[in-house]
Amino acid sequence: MTAPLASTTPGLAVETVGMRKVFGKLVAVDSLDLSITRGTVYGLLGSNGSGKTTTIRMLCGLLTPSQGKASVIGLDIATEGEAIRKRIGYMCQKFGLYDDMTVRENLRFYASIYGLRRETLRVRSEELLVNLRLTQRVDQLVGTLSGGWKQRVALACATAHQPDLVFLDEPTAGVDPAARRVFWDIIYELAGAGTTIVVTTHYMDEAAKCQRLGFMSKGRLIANGTQDEILRQFGQPTVEDVFVELQRRDEGVAA
Amino acid sequence: MRFIQKVRDSSLWPMLWKEFRQMGRDRFTVGMLVGLPSIQLLLFGYAIRTEVRHVPMVVLDQSGTQESRALVTLLTNTQNFDVAGHARGQADVERVLATGGAKAALVIPPDFSKDLKRGRGATAQVIVDAVDPLAASAAISAAGLASGTGISRLTRGLPEEEAELDVRVRPRYNPGLVSAFNVVPGLVGVLLTMTLVAITSMALVRERERGTLEQLIVTPVTRSSVILGKILPFVIVGYIQMTVILALGHCILHVPLRGDLAALYLLTLPFIIAVLAVGLLISTAVKTQTQAMQLSVFYMLPSMLLTGFMFPREAMPLFCRALAALLPMTYYLEVIRSIALKGAGLAQTWQPALILTAFALVLVTVSVKRFTKTME
Repeated sequence: MTAPLASTTPGLAVETVGMRKVFGKLVAVDSLDLSITRGTVYGLLGSNGSGKTTTIRMLCGLLTPSQGKASVIGLDIATEGEAIRKRIGYMCQKFGLYDDMTVRENLRFYASIYGLRRETLRVRSEELLVNLRLTQRVDQLVGTLSGGWKQRVALACATAHQPDLVFLDEPTAGVDPAARRVFWDIIYELAGAGTTIVVTTHYMDEAAKCQRLGFMSKGRLIANGTQDEILRQFGQPTVEDVFVELQRRDEGVAA
Repeated sequence: MRFIQKVRDSSLWPMLWKEFRQMGRDRFTVGMLVGLPSIQLLLFGYAIRTEVRHVPMVVLDQSGTQESRALVTLLTNTQNFDVAGHARGQADVERVLATGGAKAALVIPPDFSKDLKRGRGATAQVIVDAVDPLAASAAISAAGLASGTGISRLTRGLPEEEAELDVRVRPRYNPGLVSAFNVVPGLVGVLLTMTLVAITSMALVRERERGTLEQLIVTPVTRSSVILGKILPFVIVGYIQMTVILALGHCILHVPLRGDLAALYLLTLPFIIAVLAVGLLISTAVKTQTQAMQLSVFYMLPSMLLTGFMFPREAMPLFCRALAALLPMTYYLEVIRSIALKGAGLAQTWQPALILTAFALVLVTVSVKRFTKTME
């Protein structure tokens, strides 16, 4: 289950140098140096407010960094935002599809926004519906689906254009364990096809499924490496223990 | 060929498809957008009336001749006055007016017929209860009009040059001064402004509140596709509203449609687009749907009060007129009133039409520029 996947593409999918984001007086992300190799499943961990979502939003072009540089799939986020958008997929933390449209309609809309037309659109839609186990509910309004189904539709929409890199911001929050397992099977299939995955999560069993992990705390990346490296660095038996230890330190400093 | 390819691959098509799909699901809003104008039209068309009809009038005919009776008929034929009774003397007239038994009195002096025949200029007196100044002034002008246009009929049979008292105040286009004629075409503008600004002011902010905008703007969708996708479907809604109002106004309130209807439909386009773009501008500026609603109401009021829909612009101070010059509604009122009531076409309305087109272009461009694909 935790078998590492071979990296198919050399080079970096994400690289940031001294990236910083300030909202008024709040420093959300501070001097972030992050490197993610292409083809990996990278887990970004950290407590609420540690800067994970802000980091992902900056990499997607939704927020502009206050300082620092970053490139995504070899393109500069400051100047090549639109080119990046064509080649990445993003699933936001809050479910972002149209509740008043069906599964098929949402998929069709996003696939065509990503430039798919006619025959390609039809073939790709069918493929996605099968791959994401959505065939039973194609004509159901998305608003009436349960959490696990919704997230799979969102992933289908985010990957309609076969992006090189997919950002998943807490994709399994509030999803039951069985549905989470299905979701991770799909993530592995995507990764197996060479897609780089950057995922944030609060579930430590999911963190263990990532090939590399990054821990964020108060806007800074405080640990980065494979699961074993991180366990050794903190001298803890499990990822969950590392998480709890870091949380304790954060609060200790704050007090 | 490359251009065709570009058009075919534009992200506008999926945006339009999506907006129509959602509109189709939102039957309530669509129903409201079409049903509301009908209700408003009947309400406003009947309620907003500045002309006063069937004012009860007491008559004191001291002349008692064919001519004096003709004058009474003349006034009652306008339907502005109804004969509420005949008075026996001046005191009787005063009493009826004071008790409210009549709102007007017509006093015809004994010499009326004689003076008329001599060409001396006959006088008859109309006394009006002026407690309600609006009703009073309407009654006064109606009386003046009746005698003005009717004088030649009263003096029929007499040599032309002897017919004095030729007060010819002839209001053109709306001889009966029927306010519905003025109100209904204006109402097209008001209802379009009211509903369309409200709808598009919600458009972007609703997607932002629901979280769907975040998912949309990480795609390669262009800014202009998002804005045009929000505008174009409602152009159709606007045209349906306009058609409903004009049709009901014409059939039920008998508002004339004298001019070039094709020109009217053509010139309504820049107005609808301008109004929708105003809504979108609001949507790019606010954080919540509630704020959007408040701002669109804020925009609504000057559009009704300053543009000449309710009060004549000529009577306004310079500041208000300058403000009205910034509202598309001001120009649209000119266009639609000219075409519907004066029988105008493109030749007479191209100036306000050009200004409306400029409004539409500028407002859409500003909306596109203001809308950014970031969350900041």
